[in-house]
Amino acid sequence: MTSEPVWRRALRWETGLVVVLIAVLVFGSVRSSDFLNTTTLFYVGLNMGEIAIMALPLMLIVITGEIDLSVASMLGLSGAVLGQLTADGWPVGLAMVAALVTGALGGALNGMLVARLGLPSIAVTIGTLTLFRGLAEIVLGARTITAFPASLTKIGVVPLPGTHLAYSAVIFIAAAVVFGVVLHATRAGRSIVAAGLAPEAAQFAGIRVRRLKFGLFVLSGVLCALAGILFTLKNASVSYNAGTGLELNVVAIVLFGGVSIFGGRGTVIGVVLSVIIFGTLQQVLTQMQIQPEVQNIITGVLLLISVILPNGGEAVRRIRARLRTGSGPVRAPAPPARSVTPSDSALTRQENTQ
Amino acid sequence: MTVLASPGPAGTGSRFARAGALLRAREVGIGVVLLVVFGVTTAHNHNFADANSVQQLLSGAALIAMLGVGETLVIVTRNVDLSVGSVVGLSAYVIGDLFSHHPGMPVILGFAVGIGIGAVIGAINGFITAALRVPSLVVTLAMLYIVRGVDGRVVNGVIIVPSNIPSAFVAIGFRTFLGIPWLAIIAFLIVVVVAYAMRSFRSGRDLYAIGSNPEAAALAGVLSARRVFTAFVFSGALAGLAGALFLALHAEVDVTAGTGYELLVVAAVVVGGVAIFGGSGTVVGAALGALLLNTINQALVASRVSSFWNEAIAGALLLGAIAFDRWLSLRVARGLRSAEGAHRDL
Repeated sequence: MTSEPVWRRALRWETGLVVVLIAVLVFGSVRSSDFLNTTTLFYVGLNMGEIAIMALPLMLIVITGEIDLSVASMLGLSGAVLGQLTADGWPVGLAMVAALVTGALGGALNGMLVARLGLPSIAVTIGTLTLFRGLAEIVLGARTITAFPASLTKIGVVPLPGTHLAYSAVIFIAAAVVFGVVLHATRAGRSIVAAGLAPEAAQFAGIRVRRLKFGLFVLSGVLCALAGILFTLKNASVSYNAGTGLELNVVAIVLFGGVSIFGGRGTVIGVVLSVIIFGTLQQVLTQMQIQPEVQNIITGVLLLISVILPNGGEAVRRIRARLRTGSGPVRAPAPPARSVTPSDSALTRQENTQ
Repeated sequence: MTVLASPGPAGTGSRFARAGALLRAREVGIGVVLLVVFGVTTAHNHNFADANSVQQLLSGAALIAMLGVGETLVIVTRNVDLSVGSVVGLSAYVIGDLFSHHPGMPVILGFAVGIGIGAVIGAINGFITAALRVPSLVVTLAMLYIVRGVDGRVVNGVIIVPSNIPSAFVAIGFRTFLGIPWLAIIAFLIVVVVAYAMRSFRSGRDLYAIGSNPEAAALAGVLSARRVFTAFVFSGALAGLAGALFLALHAEVDVTAGTGYELLVVAAVVVGGVAIFGGSGTVVGAALGALLLNTINQALVASRVSSFWNEAIAGALLLGAIAFDRWLSLRVARGLRSAEGAHRDL
């Protein structure tokens, strides 16, 4: 696979996202004349900020061919740590540091299990999803903690002074710029893409794939903890189940942004556009008083379109070819790009001969 | 088992037999852990071994085990079905809704509707995954949202309560036969039939072939797309059936029914020794995994461990199971390699 068609396809995907975004904005302003104003801007940022922050490291992890499903549980755990320590009388600043350290430790656990022991990340992070949520439950029990200083909880009510943006949105934008530069213009960023496209080739080219993946999981833990802090302060309260189920939203945003689930492809601008589209769409639908459950349908359909479209052309070509030749070669559905380790294949070969 | 030794090339019988014994130890291992958990808990709290408590345990595990059977078929082919939780919710609600509007509806029709809904959703999943070659993780994640959204649309704030449902239907949820809950019997029958098919039918072996090596399976003439499609239809249909039984068991359904089941099922399947990247694992293991997770949950309750610990322990257990699997597969691989000599690629 050369880099040229991949690059071109990625470009086309982002163009498509811009078109979708414009369509949503036009639709929103047709529905309501005061849709395109600074209040909408503030609320989109406020609603999407934490999810968007978690989407950035997840994007990098997915590009390397792994996945992290524990993000929302880490958000909950970090919020629980922050809440409990604040209630215990710790200075809020110190409690925040403790929450971030918790995130780093949790990320290191994921990273160790995935990168060092070579366990499948989807299974590991389903495990830590449960584990982190469980730890949050142990820390907080059934309590809800609300004792946060008003000077901090104001981030859920007012924008950053001098702007119309929510605090979490500003942090996301700053982080997105850093991620964009790192992913697309530095050696480390290109290593991430290389590790996802061809793990073995990357290894032989001197990229420390395992260390890279470990680092990304730690980064994910820390940023999810940051999202947890922002989420807690925004709501001015935290209970152990804060943010339950958000992991699927984050995954949906990353995939809709054009990041390939098989790794090796994805851009920061795509993910940023995806965040904005989801945020504005949610705002439009909420203004139209459509139930959140029904909004799920739209999320799901968008996600489906985002994977069918890039594959659609190829599928049509294949079906046509088969019609022409009577019956073309029947091939298996695309196998995951993640390489099966020798021990796994030895196992499966054995199983297969039964 | 002698079956294992027969088909291998000359001189390899003992190797496969040994590796097979190790693999089978997986189901035995879960069984042992299950007995230990059960024994220790009973020693602490004698009520745990009560007929009532055991029946409750089996009924709860039956639903997840049933979903685990379908999930195993899909995961063995290197795919995954994340839509099962939403299907359970939709199926349960639609059946409940039908019963509340047509109280005279025969019970069997309720089951048919549930299985039908599940099969249709499974067919959509299977078609998009197999024919359009889209990664199933994304397809079924999207379906999870879509089906839950449709559910929300259908439910529209109205909750099904026990008085809406004919007593003959609810009876399925709590009746027992020779002391065993019907739910557990149904799940057991499904496990036995599917386990036999996966072991001895060509279609079952094809699923393993597809998951082990898709290219090789295609070259060997396996109709991969068709088999994967069927696996998804099956998983959906079982989820639909589980929805019907969810309604019978709980007799109360709102829009959140079945939420989060997808991860619970994947966890049970993985604990049961099904490799997440396909090609190996049995439905018996998956069902035992479901039973083990449920037993541990109940055991924590019975031991008066604060219920706040449940989730953390379940998570730690899952991680332990995955790590154990890895260790086991490394051992098997080492055994195969040393027995076979240098010609096997690393």
